[in-house]
Order: sequence, then C-alpha cells, then structure tokens
Amino acid sequence: MTKYVIKRILYMIPVLLGVAFLVFTILSLTPGDPGSIILGITAKPEDIAALNAEFGYDKPFLIRFFNYIGDIIFHFSLGTSYQSRGPVMADIMSRFPNTLTLAVLSMAVSSIIGISLGILSAVRQYSVLDHVCVVVALIFASIPGFWFGLMLLLLFALKLGWLPSFGASSLKHFILPTLTVSLTSAAGLLRLTRSAMLETIRQEYIRTAKAKGASEKRIIWKHALRNALLPVVTTLGGGFGASLGGAIIAETVFAMPGMGTLITTAIRQKDIPMVMGATLFLAVLFSFVILLVDVLYAFIDPRIKAKYQNGGKSRG
Amino acid sequence: MEERAVAETTQTLRSAGVTRSKKKTSQLKEIWRRYRKNKAAVLGLVILVFILGIALFADLIVPYSKCIEQVGADRLQGPSLAHFFGTDEYGRDLFARVVHGSRFSLFIGVATSLMALVFGAILGASAGYFGGVVDNVICRIIDVFACVPPILLSLAVVAALGTNLRNLIIAITVSCIPGNVRLIRSLVLTVAEQDYVEAARSYGTSTPRILFRYVLPNAMGPIIVNTTMSISDMILSAAGLSFIGMGIQPPSPEWGALLSNAQTYLFTAPYMLVFPGIFIILSSLAFNLVGDGLTDALDPKLKD
Repeated sequence: MTKYVIKRILYMIPVLLGVAFLVFTILSLTPGDPGSIILGITAKPEDIAALNAEFGYDKPFLIRFFNYIGDIIFHFSLGTSYQSRGPVMADIMSRFPNTLTLAVLSMAVSSIIGISLGILSAVRQYSVLDHVCVVVALIFASIPGFWFGLMLLLLFALKLGWLPSFGASSLKHFILPTLTVSLTSAAGLLRLTRSAMLETIRQEYIRTAKAKGASEKRIIWKHALRNALLPVVTTLGGGFGASLGGAIIAETVFAMPGMGTLITTAIRQKDIPMVMGATLFLAVLFSFVILLVDVLYAFIDPRIKAKYQNGGKSRG
Repeated sequence: MEERAVAETTQTLRSAGVTRSKKKTSQLKEIWRRYRKNKAAVLGLVILVFILGIALFADLIVPYSKCIEQVGADRLQGPSLAHFFGTDEYGRDLFARVVHGSRFSLFIGVATSLMALVFGAILGASAGYFGGVVDNVICRIIDVFACVPPILLSLAVVAALGTNLRNLIIAITVSCIPGNVRLIRSLVLTVAEQDYVEAARSYGTSTPRILFRYVLPNAMGPIIVNTTMSISDMILSAAGLSFIGMGIQPPSPEWGALLSNAQTYLFTAPYMLVFPGIFIILSSLAFNLVGDGLTDALDPKLKD
C-alpha cells in the first residue's frame, strides 16, 4: 500500500513539470514581447529591448522555461506582472483564499446534496421522490451556472434584499455564489450516484444477501452503498475541477475578487505572467486534489489494497 | 447429414447474432423503435428539431438586419407585440438577436464535439489498440492535460490566441480532448479483448480492418452517447466563456454574450436575462435528453 502511495507521489514530479511546460508553451504563443506590450509599439526600440532583457525575454524559449521553473522552486516566485510590475504571487495570494473557500464550500454542498439524494432516489426507484429528483437534476444539468447565479441575484439580493449582491467580505457573501456553483454540479453527482447505486442493487451479491434474509437496511448500508460509492469517489477529483471552473465564472457574476476575475482581467490587459502564474497555481492545486482522491480511492477499494498488500505483483 | 451440419451452423451463427440479414438492414429501425418508447427522449428530439429549425431558418423568421437595427426611441423596452423579447440598450430587437444567436451556440457545440471526437478517436483508439509505447506516451501526455481544469485550459488558449469564434472553438475542443481520449481508449481496450476480435485476428484479418470492422462498431454506442451529451456541455462552456468576455464578443448576438450584456442592466431591465437563458437551457436540455434516450436505445444488452 505504501508502495502504491509513494509511486503515485513520485509520478507527480514529471506530471507537474509537464503541466508547467504545457501552460508555459500555450501562453508563449501570445504574439508580442513584454517590452512592446508594456510600452506600446511606438516606444523607442532600445527601451523595449531593455525591458525585454529585464523580463529575461532576450533568451531562448527553453532557457526561459527553466528559469521560470527555477524561480518557482528556489524563490517561490511566479514572475513579475506586466501591469503592476509587482510579484504575481502577491496578487494570487490575496485572491486565492476567496476562490478556494468558494470551491470547497460548493464541493461540500454539492456532494452532500448530490450523493444523498442520488442514494435515496435509487433506493426508492420509481417513487415520486425519484421522479422529482431525476427531472430536477436533468434540468439543473442543463442550466448554465452563471445564469442561475444571476437569477439568484435578482431574487435574493434585489427583490428580497436578504443577501449582498457582490464582494467577498463576509461568509454571507459566499451563500449565493456557493448555491450557484453547487446546485448545477450537484445535479451531475445525483445522476451519477443514482445510476451507480441502481447498477449495484442489480448485482448478484445483493441478490445473495436478500436470499440470505438480510434486512433491507443492512443490504443498502452494508452491501450496496460501499460498492456504489466507489465510482462516485473517482469523480470527486474532476468534481473539484468543475467547482473551480464554476467558481471562476461565478466570481464574475458576484463581482468577487478571486482567481477568476484575476485571470480574466489579466487576459484583457495582456498581462501574460499573471495569467500564467494564476493558471499554473490552480493547475498544481488541482493535481494535488487528484492525487489525494487517487490515494483515498486506493484505501477504500479493497481490490487495489489486495493488489499491493502481499508485496506481490501477483495480479498485475 | 450435410443438411444438419448447415442447419447447426446457421443456428450457432444466429444465436451469435451474426447473420439474419433482415435484422441487419433494420438495425436503425430497431434502435428507433426502442428510442421511441422513451417519452423524455422523444421530447428531447422535438426540442432539438425546434432549435435546429430556428437556426436553419433564422433569416426567414426575422431578417438579420433586425439584429443590428438601432431604434433610439425603443431603448430598453420590455417584451411587447412589437418586440417579443424586448429591446436592449441600443434599441435592438432581442427576439431577432436571440433567434440569430442560435446559430452560434449550435455550431460551436456541434463543431467542438466533433473535433474533440476525431482527436479523441485517433489518439484513444491508437493507445488502446496498439498498447505498449504508443499507449504509454499518449497516456502520459493526457495525464498532463487532465491536470489543468478544462476552463483554465480554455482560458489559457484564449489568452494566447485572442478572443474570436475560431479561437473559442479551439479553446473548448482542447479542453475536452483528454476525457474523450480516455473514454475511447478504455472502450477499445474492452472490445479488443473480446473473443470475436481474437477470432478475427486468428483468421489473419488486417489491423485496419479489425479496427474499423470489429472494434469501432462495437464501441460506437457509448461514443455516440458521449458525443451527444458533450454537445450539451460544450454549449454551456461556450456560453460561460462568452459571458465572462472570453468568447464571442458583444456585437455578435451569441447567447452568452447577450447575457453578459444583460448583466449590466440587471436591475433596470431584468427581462433581458430571460430569453437567452431559456434558449441555452432548452438546447442543452435537448442534447441531454437525446443522449439519455440513445444510451438505452443503443445498448444491445437492454434489447427486449
């Protein structure tokens, strides 16, 4: 088991380097050099050249990439913003907590709603509750999160005046954005949990348990749930990615100072180091979440456990 | 004696579902018969035809000139008989803009899904079928792509290339290739292990023939379903990116862009939000419903 975890953690090193290379390469396709972006094309060529040298832009692509990686590892720096000329990391650090709070809250709310209703729906298949859940989930899966957010904003902030419509200064400010992000992703989770649960209930070991005379409760909790939740756990990593994505868009709806608004503003200002730093920062975070989910999965899936337990490569 | 042997062979083939030419020609009919039984799926198809009709005949419904015609006196008017969906801040007719906007969403949804399918099929099928080094290289690259949340990948592409229709399509396609590659790879892996593929191989059938004659048709069901459902996701992503100003730009009547504009007038003209939103939901819902219906209709195990 430890072997699997260590192997998985070591694999992160090339993957993270790959992610950095991917993001760096895509954003290096941007036309223009820092000198002419910051000073404009009418500036004196020697000024542009001097500024390019300051940003290390006079060096070839691969050298720039390794310098970038070196700065991250040794100085914990993601470069200098074209716009503020200050460190990118400082802006990220001031915005990131909002996005993380929103993503984690949404993830929690959508998991609770999606998984519990999915189970209920499957256990009482064809009941009124099941039909309502299926229809509502289908509609929510088709609603753009930001549109739902705007509707919430209209109702709760404008018409009823219960909640603030923009900003991130208190937990109250997070209620509407969290609902926006979580309700649309809960829909997908509900559909997934429901079908996984229905699939499991049809398995032979459930029939065996029934034949043995085990109680309904015991069958659901002891036999079905643990098996049905395995495929659900594998999607939690991707779910976090979706929550991050939802958070990025919801920030625009609720004018929240977070990573999403940081990135979109930076794109408009052609502040490439900022876009690069923020994207890479979130991608690394996401990679660690995927790692965590993989390890968690290995612990709860007895099949993987068994494969590594006897130190054996017995079952490939 | 010989007759019996023939009868027996036919029997075996029949039970394997290989012959019965009658059935082969009517497979589409068979799928349609099963599809038709699902009311929700039929509803999805009706909505889909409705939206497609609007996109195809947009010019007949209302001329494009109505989209750009600015009537100063009719600024920010609510829905009325003259303007079914109201007007925007320049006095442009929102009904015309929403109708013509349908072309963007459907085109982007279908184009990105098909492109992602082509890339996914080439990479996924090669990885699954050839295995070994090919599989390893493709999988490692996909692992890296999958570590960047889709929307961030799209944003990075947009940041590098700029905001317009072509770049939006590239950005969304890139972000959904990893999922497609993984899906098709695992489908091909499952199918390639089946006995009939083994049998074909033992006859000396060529690799391309095995891939196209046996592996792909048998993996087709889930691929079709996945592509249909992904159109729905792509419509939502495109609208989302346009909404935050990173997709189709405002003068174009794309639904996400219309909503982005409507947000400015949220408090004074909330009706501007309603119709573009409803049309995004309807088109996304239609593809979801059709996808759900196809899941059951295309699954040979559920044949009754």
